[in-house]
Amino acid sequence: MRGHAALRDAVIAAIALVVVLAIPFLHRSPAFEDFIIRLSAMALFATSLNLLVGNTGMVSFGHGMFYGLGAYVFALTMQMTELSLPVVAIFAVLVTAVGALCVGAICVRLSTDYFAFITLAVQMLFFSVIISWQSFTGGDQGLRGGIPRREIFGFELASQLHLYQFCAVVAVLGLLALRHISASPFGQTLRMIRDNETRASFLGVVLWRARLWAFTIAGAFAGLGGVLAALFVSGAYPELADWPNSGQAIFAVMLGGIDSFLGPVLGAMILLALNDVVTRFTEYHGLVLGLVILAFALGLRRGVLDFLRLAWPGRSR
Amino acid sequence: MDLDALGACLTTSACVVTQTTSGLIVGMLLFLVAAGVTLIFGVLKIVNFAHGTFYMLGGYVAYTAIGITDSYAFAVLSGALAMALFGVLFERVLISRVYGSNVLMQLLVCYAVVLIFDDLVKIVWGPEFHAMGMPAAFQVPPLFIAGGVVPPFYAVLIGIAALIAIVLGVGLSMTRLGKTVRAAALNPQMVSALGVNTTALFAIVFAVGGGLAGLAGALAAPVRSLSPGMGFSILIESFIVTVIGGMGSIAGALVSALLIGMVRGFGTIGFPKFTDGLIYILMIAILLLRPQGLFGRRS
Repeated sequence: MRGHAALRDAVIAAIALVVVLAIPFLHRSPAFEDFIIRLSAMALFATSLNLLVGNTGMVSFGHGMFYGLGAYVFALTMQMTELSLPVVAIFAVLVTAVGALCVGAICVRLSTDYFAFITLAVQMLFFSVIISWQSFTGGDQGLRGGIPRREIFGFELASQLHLYQFCAVVAVLGLLALRHISASPFGQTLRMIRDNETRASFLGVVLWRARLWAFTIAGAFAGLGGVLAALFVSGAYPELADWPNSGQAIFAVMLGGIDSFLGPVLGAMILLALNDVVTRFTEYHGLVLGLVILAFALGLRRGVLDFLRLAWPGRSR
Repeated sequence: MDLDALGACLTTSACVVTQTTSGLIVGMLLFLVAAGVTLIFGVLKIVNFAHGTFYMLGGYVAYTAIGITDSYAFAVLSGALAMALFGVLFERVLISRVYGSNVLMQLLVCYAVVLIFDDLVKIVWGPEFHAMGMPAAFQVPPLFIAGGVVPPFYAVLIGIAALIAIVLGVGLSMTRLGKTVRAAALNPQMVSALGVNTTALFAIVFAVGGGLAGLAGALAAPVRSLSPGMGFSILIESFIVTVIGGMGSIAGALVSALLIGMVRGFGTIGFPKFTDGLIYILMIAILLLRPQGLFGRRS
């Protein structure tokens, strides 16, 4: 049964990937390719956050820290060493995972509200370190000078098409891995903790250990998103680790649907598309975005995908 | 880091007085905002992410009011009253619809309000910075206390905030309304069953919280510039105050607001670039050692 579901997920991912990769061969649109590149970073970021928020019931306000950490480690290592891109990307994800492990070790034992606040505080501490350590991180100007876009496997990442393909492949593989984790027995354990932590504890689940693992994994995937973001902007900026960025991920999760695996991806899509479309027509995009969010929050009262699944029950999750 | 400068400052009375005053200003304004956050959380268990917006709007309303009447007292009053009214509307129209739903849904509603009003302020008052200027009554030579320079406006501002802190403290512990509010914080169902109109009570709590934030914004207008998005930074700081002091504790909010004010006042001398970092370290330390906050009760 589980093998069957995993196969189905892999097939869906493969189809999605083929469609996304085929589009530029039919029609080249720089704006669309741009959108997909940004979406791939944001989708990984938001979905990894949902592993905490939706799956485990841990509301982290500081997820942007790991997005920023991944971006900075990647950009700095690319600038300072001659290593090849995949090696640096893996290194950045590993550093982010270790970072998340350390932050998680102090945070995960706190109860819901305090967990939210301490993750926010740690993120803001990280943010102030970036701002004040000017010689290393470039301070509030961000890390400039570009990222050397070395060729990998015949891919020239300086070309937008190749960056598009690279980001799409990484994002789909990343999402597939996250899907696998959330469907695994470990993922089920996390949902059990969310629904009734006392019962989970009686059944022998070591709560802090499971939470710490979830936190570390989520951090690592946010770091992967950060790597893609750094590639896109060809640098790293403190805004990536600032709290409005964590807020963006939370809104993506909430808009798309907290109980659906693809909800955060849809939410990220809505958020990015809204930003792009609205800024084209008016400089007051906060006003429009705010009204749309209000309509969603007060009208649907849940994310779009969760709403659709409630409206048409009977479909599998 | 510049510990020598900090040491030199701490040994001269003039520097200590000046930095203490600026710390007190920061702390007292922060207290007025954080008192609302902690009151609203204490009674309604809602984390009001839109509280910075009240502060911002209070400042802008006062800015317009002083332009019309030229009276600073009227400007401050209108800022506070307008935000009290706004608080009630905000609670009735929006927040009352998300009571009992997911915390993140409440966050979403508040954030939408923040976005909307930041842009409305841009439309009404323009995106540029505004300076209210010192009210005419306070354009007098500064006071000298132990060699330190203290503008009289600062002294008045600290005095008003201190007065509000006392009124709030006495009001909550002595008056019937205050006792009802504290009872509702402990057990709203019971208070409702005893015949108190909790719907009105919740609206009053939002009015008081909004009014305090509006007051802080209006009081701060002459010493800080007005800009859209100014509510953002004070919001984060008032959360830190609430967490350090203990969610729901007014006394805790006062102590921790003053603590943060002092860290800001003296931190700018010792660690000019890392003052924010110091505050976050303080918050992390408190959360680890005493998660319920300095004055919070363990739940």
